[in-house]
Amino acid sequence: MKSSDASRLTLILLFAPFALWIILLIILPQIGVGWLSLREKLGPREYAFGFGNYLDFFREPIYWNTLLRTAWISVLVTILALLIGFPVAWYIAKIARQRSRAALFLMCLIPLWVSDLVRAFGWILLLRETGIVSGMLQWAGLSSGPVELLYNDITVVIGMVYTVVLFMIVPLVSTLDGMDNALLEAGYNLGGSRMTVFRRIVIPYAMPGIVAGCIITFMLAAGSYLTPILLGGKNSMWFTEQIYEQFVTRYNWESGATFGVLLLVFTSAVVWLGLRLTGQNLASTVAKE
Amino acid sequence: MHDLECVNLTRIFGRHIAVNDVSFTVPRGSFFSILGPSGCGKTTLMRMIAGFETPDSGDIRIKGKSVLEVAPNRRSVKMVFQHLALFPMMTVGENIAYGLKCRGENRSDITRKVADVLARIGLPGVQDKQISQLSGGQKQRIAIARCMVLEPDVLLLDEPLGALDLKLREQMKIELKLLQHQFNTTFLYITHDQSEALVMSDNVAVMNAGRFEQIGTPKELYNQPGSGFVAGFVGDTNRWLGRVTGLSGDEARIALDAGPEIIARAGGALVAGARAEIFFRPETVSLTPIEGANQLSGVVDSLLFNGANSRILLRSSDRLIEIAQGVMDATTPVARGDSAIAWFRPAHALAFAAPEAG
Repeated sequence: MKSSDASRLTLILLFAPFALWIILLIILPQIGVGWLSLREKLGPREYAFGFGNYLDFFREPIYWNTLLRTAWISVLVTILALLIGFPVAWYIAKIARQRSRAALFLMCLIPLWVSDLVRAFGWILLLRETGIVSGMLQWAGLSSGPVELLYNDITVVIGMVYTVVLFMIVPLVSTLDGMDNALLEAGYNLGGSRMTVFRRIVIPYAMPGIVAGCIITFMLAAGSYLTPILLGGKNSMWFTEQIYEQFVTRYNWESGATFGVLLLVFTSAVVWLGLRLTGQNLASTVAKE
Repeated sequence: MHDLECVNLTRIFGRHIAVNDVSFTVPRGSFFSILGPSGCGKTTLMRMIAGFETPDSGDIRIKGKSVLEVAPNRRSVKMVFQHLALFPMMTVGENIAYGLKCRGENRSDITRKVADVLARIGLPGVQDKQISQLSGGQKQRIAIARCMVLEPDVLLLDEPLGALDLKLREQMKIELKLLQHQFNTTFLYITHDQSEALVMSDNVAVMNAGRFEQIGTPKELYNQPGSGFVAGFVGDTNRWLGRVTGLSGDEARIALDAGPEIIARAGGALVAGARAEIFFRPETVSLTPIEGANQLSGVVDSLLFNGANSRILLRSSDRLIEIAQGVMDATTPVARGDSAIAWFRPAHALAFAAPEAG
């Protein structure tokens, strides 16, 4: 009896910080935001309960266009991060020697030492009109005048891929690391070409890692604020920027909360759609047999 | 006609010669084993045959044609891997169909062949099972079926029984032999377990430090080992060191280190005055007197009961002699601490030249 009480106490004690964290910092604020979004402002200190804020969102094309654009660019960033991250992860997990593997992994982590903000300014330093790249182009004679490389979608995408690619590489390395090389050899031995082995053995095996990496990357991209604002400038039309504007500039918390809920629902829907389209499910990704 | 022929194969890794000038032929439809301690180069040899390693010199011929220029996925050599390497994300049926699909066979043929091969290995109707639902022995058979469905000229098996527990391993030995008969395909089996090699094979090659020490039937290896290494590696044996004091015909007189002089059969060339190692098997040693036999006296150290494999350990001048004869039938009742004499015939003791000590 005593030992079971003790183990129950241990469980409660260990579980408590996690439960507090989830409830106080995630569930309660979200409920608050949800409740706020359903409050219509009629006049000063005069509110009514209703879906008016949501209707406003759909009535104004610029809002939902921004949301769609955010989602679409985030999907693009995710795909690019996968295309770039996979070979890197493959190299770290399968080709690099055991000793250099740790060093390579560390090199992937080093950018995280520097704050998001500083890294974004680093890009600005490189890409602005008077920046290094522009200067090099002029020096090499490839351009007659200064070139502005900032404030366009391509730069935003590049900057975001750079920020999130690590979160693609880490889960990919850990799944590929678990793959027995004999599986690849068996794939060749039984008559498969390189392409067949990659398509029928490597990809299905790495799928849990790919799905995990894509979800993390997509969520980070869709929720990011600094990189699109700093590299995309005033016209970046990023949805988090809209949320910030509603909360801070316009002091319209009801509308800001509505946008927050919509971002969460919409990105979740995109993830769900992605899982359905690739025939995966979240359970098999998180808890692999 | 030989299904597989290796000619003067050599593979060098840096300074280490993994496979050193190995030649052998495997007749069609036979079960050929390569037996050797770990690190002797047997896996490298097998990987060269499968095409995962390129030999530094020599040739590999399958059905008389050199395959050195043939990519691993085009060779008619299939391999059962040490840990089987079944594809965990595919069902049993998909695993077996994989090779057929790579070949581009049509769907109905594939379905029929998969069902066929599953029936032949005694697991009909498991197509839709997941690999994780199978037992160890079943996985083994699926791994073999996955190769056999492609009708290869040679099937390579890389210690596939290593991961199984003892009971299942004994069972699978017999089953593998039966499967080989049934498919009538050439099997090349790699193992460090001599009993696997002896039980299943038509021919066994004993490999040591990159070279083949001896190729022969299991019986030949056991009864007429060609070198000290083979005598010591194949089967249980007692090994003593001594110095040759005289030679007459194929009989050698040998003074054992810290022991009496005995007479042994020369297994290879011996020189009088040189060092020799002497091997005699536990089942040839008896505690009842044998006329004209060698004698080693000692004290019974322990009695090891293990059914038909029971042993008496006799301590004689700091060495232990394993005795198997007359242990189970109690013809020689002895107890721990008794003095006794071990008897073995000169014909049952084999002497090989040994390097000078120190």
